Amino acid sequence: MYRYDEFDHDYVRARVSEFRDQTQRRIDGALTEDEYKPLRLQNGLYLQLHAYMLRVAIPYGTLNSRQMRTLAMIAERWDEGYGHFTTRQNIQYNWTRLTDVGDILDALADVEMHAIQTSGNCIRNVTADHFAGAAADEIEDPRPTAELIRQWSTAHPEFAFLPRKFKVAVTGSPNDRAVTKAHDIGLRMLRNAAGEAGYEVIVGGGLGRTPMIGKVIRDFLPKDDLLPYLEAILRVYNLHGRRDNKYKARIKILVHETGIEDMRAQVEAEFERQMHEEGGPLVAPDPVQVARIESYFAPPAFEVLPDRSETLEVAMANDAALKTWVENNTSDHRASGHAIVTVAIKGTGEAPGDATTAQMRVLATLGERYSHDELRISHEQNVILPHVRKDDLPAIFSALRKAGLASANAGLITDIIACPGLDYCALATARSIPVAQDLSRRFAAPERAAAIGNFTIKISGCINACGHHHVGHVGILGLEKSGIENYQITLGGDHTETMAVGERAGPGISAEEVGPAIERLVDAYLDTRVDETERFIDTYRRIGAEPFRQALYAA
Amino acid sequence: MPIITDTGFAPDDDLALLCLDDLTDSTGQAALDLPLDADPDAVPRHFDRLTHIVIPFPGFADGRGFSLARRLRALGYRGRLRAAGHLIPDQYAFARFCGFDEVQISSEQADRQAESQWTIHTRALPPFLRRRTGGWTQPAT
Repeated sequence: MYRYDEFDHDYVRARVSEFRDQTQRRIDGALTEDEYKPLRLQNGLYLQLHAYMLRVAIPYGTLNSRQMRTLAMIAERWDEGYGHFTTRQNIQYNWTRLTDVGDILDALADVEMHAIQTSGNCIRNVTADHFAGAAADEIEDPRPTAELIRQWSTAHPEFAFLPRKFKVAVTGSPNDRAVTKAHDIGLRMLRNAAGEAGYEVIVGGGLGRTPMIGKVIRDFLPKDDLLPYLEAILRVYNLHGRRDNKYKARIKILVHETGIEDMRAQVEAEFERQMHEEGGPLVAPDPVQVARIESYFAPPAFEVLPDRSETLEVAMANDAALKTWVENNTSDHRASGHAIVTVAIKGTGEAPGDATTAQMRVLATLGERYSHDELRISHEQNVILPHVRKDDLPAIFSALRKAGLASANAGLITDIIACPGLDYCALATARSIPVAQDLSRRFAAPERAAAIGNFTIKISGCINACGHHHVGHVGILGLEKSGIENYQITLGGDHTETMAVGERAGPGISAEEVGPAIERLVDAYLDTRVDETERFIDTYRRIGAEPFRQALYAA
Repeated sequence: MPIITDTGFAPDDDLALLCLDDLTDSTGQAALDLPLDADPDAVPRHFDRLTHIVIPFPGFADGRGFSLARRLRALGYRGRLRAAGHLIPDQYAFARFCGFDEVQISSEQADRQAESQWTIHTRALPPFLRRRTGGWTQPAT
């Protein structure tokens, strides 16, 4: 894992005192509310419906046990005893008091964490594949790239006041778990014909009110050229992105209105200019620093083990619940005899992504004891133990069960993504969490969920789409119609490398109707699929929306 | 309309500004008012005669001026570069890094935001820049 150098330490500390000073200048009137607001946002502090919300960055979703314990401590000491893991691999505290913010930021700095650029019209916290460095299908660990981007983008003098927010995601695997095509910039690591490592650069993806799938702007970018190339994209966007209408200010609109060919020509020209600057591009990464970053992400020393664990096989034979959990919540690890564990923060009837102080502490302990002191947050709002010995899975399952974290539903219909919605968020038009809770109860029976198989439901409480509803197999968008919550259903979305934006099924329905409608839809799927290997999304692609539309509106 | 440099506030120098269209091959030393939507590539042929380029900041949240300044410096401009309009003290260091030499703000703002708030501009320098020698500011001639 990355460790701060003296520059990181100095900066994060300086930033805390700077924010205290900015807040003081707001109080004494030197800064107007308008002038203070972006400074507050760029330090992660939102004003929500009932209180301030602090969004803490978990860069590329990677953290260690000590950091997780600090997150637990903050929840206990300065919040209501829980935190909310987000679709951008961050954590939000929903009941923050303004007077505590400085102390919280200091506590974070103690463990090399911060809340910088988790909001505002700047380059946001960069995200990456949550299985990075562990997945069997990985070409290269994306985190050194993500960390380099974090360093480059932190307080970037030129790009702190962009037309709108700017999100970057990196994947090192052909199986895209980082939703790269729905980001302002998506980077896919690959190798060219000569075997050199580089990136496919995707630009202009995004969800929100105008969902767009990102377009390839460069097929192959050599690794060393990454920062000058990103700088070129950002400069073109900063100069030409729309500032007249905040709903048209994202780079996806610029790419759409300019056309990808013209956009590519502008970016390449800007890139060439930098490459020919006197002394080379100013943001060419320093090879020493790059090597330093890479060394921190060297894989831990994995024990050499047979791939089949007799301990695990025997335990599974005696415990059906363990067997189900292992089948659903573990993924292939690159090292023999190891597995990646997804701890689903999706208990029946609970708010997706909400973890209590006690649960965070259990996760910290498990990470320390069984996963080389590493944890990940996934964009699916789950916690990952990336490097676990198969022999240890029974003990981990047992500990998770005691903590109420043993839901065996990773990737299943109850592994729902939901934004905070109208329960917390000032932008929301409807509630998300109660809808997710209702659905999680309806499909709580493990046998039923297992029979349905891979099925993603994603719920957003407003058109801004923080819950990624456009790319859920089933998307649910909460709107408000004459003072009443109204939910639009979309079908056929896909967040992976085969990304698709879901199609609206028809008119919106009431909150009470959502659960029964989804049950009818699922029954229609089960009746129609060829066999159990055909996922809902496959059936949908085979037969189209109409049968499912009929099921949804059958009542 | 005070001007702010690294040494603090200075009075308005009432610079006489010309537009890009006013410049000809026979123009002598001049100061250019360059709008944000101007084509920066039209400026280099006049670099030798420009003592100042002034870039407007219609609002502090409009960051186009930062990129325009970077572009002009990359194109080889070595004269003085001024950001004029609404910037806040917290952007002073950003402006300097992007190649500006000075910032001009309204008198109302100067009354509200004391000189000392502008001159502690070295606070919280981005670590990416601190890791390398030098900054982004090109020496002004």
